[in-house]
Amino acid sequence: MKNLLEVNNVVKKYGDFTALNNVSLHIPKGSVFGLLGPNGAGKTSLIRIINQITMPDSGSVILDGEALAPKHTAQIGYLPEERGLYKSMKVGEQALYLAQLKGLSKSEAKKRLKYWFEKFDISAWWNKKIEELSKGMAQKVQFIVTVMHNPKLLIFDEPFSGFDPINAQLIAKEILQLREEGATIIFSTHRMESVEEMCDEIALIDKSNKILDGKLDDIKRQFRTHTFQVGLETENPKEVEEKLRKSFEVFPADFKLLNDSLTMNVKLTEGNTSNDLLSFLTSRGEVQHFVELIPSANDIFIQAVNKNS
Amino acid sequence: MSKLKLIIQREFIAKVRNKSFIVMTFLSPLIMVGMGALVYFLMQKNDEKVKKIVYVDNSGMFSKEDFKDSKTIHFTDYTALGVEETKKKVEEGNYYGALIIPKQDSLELLAKSIEFYSKDSPGMSVMSSMENKIETKIRNEKLTNYGIDLEKIKASKINTDIKMFNFSGEESSKLINGLKIGVGAIAGYFLMMFVMIYGTSVMRSVIEEKTSRIIEIIVSSVKPFQLMLGKILGNASAGLLQFFIWGIILFIISIVASSIFGVDMVEMQTARVPAEQMEAVKQATEGDKGQMIIQEIFKLPILKMFVLFIFYFLGGFMLYSSLFAAVGAAVDNETDTQQFMLPIMLPLILGVYVGFATVINDPHGSIAVLFSHIPFTSPIVMLMRVPFGVSWYELAISMALLLVTFVFMVWLAAKIYRVGILMYGKKPTYKDLYKWLKY
Repeated sequence: MKNLLEVNNVVKKYGDFTALNNVSLHIPKGSVFGLLGPNGAGKTSLIRIINQITMPDSGSVILDGEALAPKHTAQIGYLPEERGLYKSMKVGEQALYLAQLKGLSKSEAKKRLKYWFEKFDISAWWNKKIEELSKGMAQKVQFIVTVMHNPKLLIFDEPFSGFDPINAQLIAKEILQLREEGATIIFSTHRMESVEEMCDEIALIDKSNKILDGKLDDIKRQFRTHTFQVGLETENPKEVEEKLRKSFEVFPADFKLLNDSLTMNVKLTEGNTSNDLLSFLTSRGEVQHFVELIPSANDIFIQAVNKNS
Repeated sequence: MSKLKLIIQREFIAKVRNKSFIVMTFLSPLIMVGMGALVYFLMQKNDEKVKKIVYVDNSGMFSKEDFKDSKTIHFTDYTALGVEETKKKVEEGNYYGALIIPKQDSLELLAKSIEFYSKDSPGMSVMSSMENKIETKIRNEKLTNYGIDLEKIKASKINTDIKMFNFSGEESSKLINGLKIGVGAIAGYFLMMFVMIYGTSVMRSVIEEKTSRIIEIIVSSVKPFQLMLGKILGNASAGLLQFFIWGIILFIISIVASSIFGVDMVEMQTARVPAEQMEAVKQATEGDKGQMIIQEIFKLPILKMFVLFIFYFLGGFMLYSSLFAAVGAAVDNETDTQQFMLPIMLPLILGVYVGFATVINDPHGSIAVLFSHIPFTSPIVMLMRVPFGVSWYELAISMALLLVTFVFMVWLAAKIYRVGILMYGKKPTYKDLYKWLKY
């Protein structure tokens, strides 16, 4: 079984509003899967269906080869975007309660919590109430209760919000570690730099439809514009630029170099290769800078969503 | 099933550990008794003040014999002073009021032309006491005019006390009837209070989960319906525990109190009996008046009432608290609950009013019977009727109706709850709630 989770043709309507329109996803085992999309696109609706909080109107969800059923809640860990804990309950009691709801026995839950509390160096908080903790501290507890039952599938919705950079780094490391140990991770976020860092595959949902999905590298290739950042040291930059315009598309540079070079963005036109561009440049001066502009996840997100509207 | 148990456990512990629960449980019986004692004390103090009333009798019919002083009212004859002078004096001095009896040609006219002047409006008891005295005097005067011997009338006075039995051979008395009314009313009223207090507690608990945003984590582990049911049952168990503790405390207090106040109650009963009969009653009940009350209480179908109280409490609580849970799920904070609370509170309050108004007069009248079958009022009204004896088939119908309705309401509320717990922002309208039912 290659995919841990398969979402097939899922439709969800709220009255007249369609939240998910025939959405399908295939999430490979052991991957970090980025579920992206603008606010209100339908991501939360989909995540709630995977968590069996709501049921799809039609379509199916398959987890590890089996149709999703109530027993599967024990195999899924979910960190919602809007999260919280019982304010007046003690940290330890609360974590135990949530672990037991996920199907762990009390003794097993205690053992695992002890491990995690020591790992995060928060054992001293066991008898504190949540209302006594800072937001970042509460988030750590929240992370632990999401992962402590060793779920096959972990769903993180904006996991870094509320963390300072150091703790965000710690959490990112833990998430990747969990993948190493065999968990599959769905990662929903608006922070595109963390998508670049962590995701193997992504899906983009906009206006209730899936508009894009696949391996991040493949998608980047798909969105490639064959544009290069060019820096050239030359005697007469104006002449070079004019000649360049005859065979290539030239845009003003959006980057800076250390010395006084001619800088620009050059897009290959039909029939040209990067070697053609490079040989043109070397014949007219000294090439200081030559880099292909790889579309960032951010660019892809914006382009795809704009195209869809 | 074990998840439901976990939820019930958590809700129960969260409720019971709460400081306000502990304070309510152990202090409120004492506060209730204390309040009762305070009211009793204040009433006594209020009556102790002697009211000085003067009268001007221009008819010449009345004498001091007719206006005997009582413990709290003293009468003085000011006829010699004249009407105007008396009024002036009363207005300036420390008097309660002035009774002016004019001279009239006939007794009928006289009866309608007597006036009373006072600085403040007089109390009901003072007025009726004076009216009684005047009525007796004028009636006696008329009887004498008709040539009837007053002595014979006095001698012909006789008191009857019909002994009441039901067909199962139970003897009842006015005393036990009063007790039945009291016990029924207390049970019904208690039930309403419990449903309100614990119903709002369920609602608050739902709102707390919503505002703390833990709700989404919980419902990713358990079904919303399980969570709602667990909440309701957890709160119900906390309520029952509190009720048991109160029951025990009140039982102890009542045994102590009845040995003190029991005496007064018997005297109240015998106060209207003429002196010669009173002696006999006193002899019969001497020594064990307090015990008599307790004996009468134990004659009530206590076990049946207890079992029914538990049933109707649970049934009524489930019915109403599922609605409270739905309201809690629909809103984001407690201030938004007002508009939805009213329709829930109304039938509860109606139940108590109908109970007090109809059951006391006629426990088996058609209105009382009707409302003891309507599921929204039956827990209260039926509990009020039970001490008077309700047939098993009537109980069975009422209980079955309650059971069916509560299952239906829990199902309906769960649908609203399921959607509402994940909705934030705008306060929903009734139309929205209706839409949620179909999601």
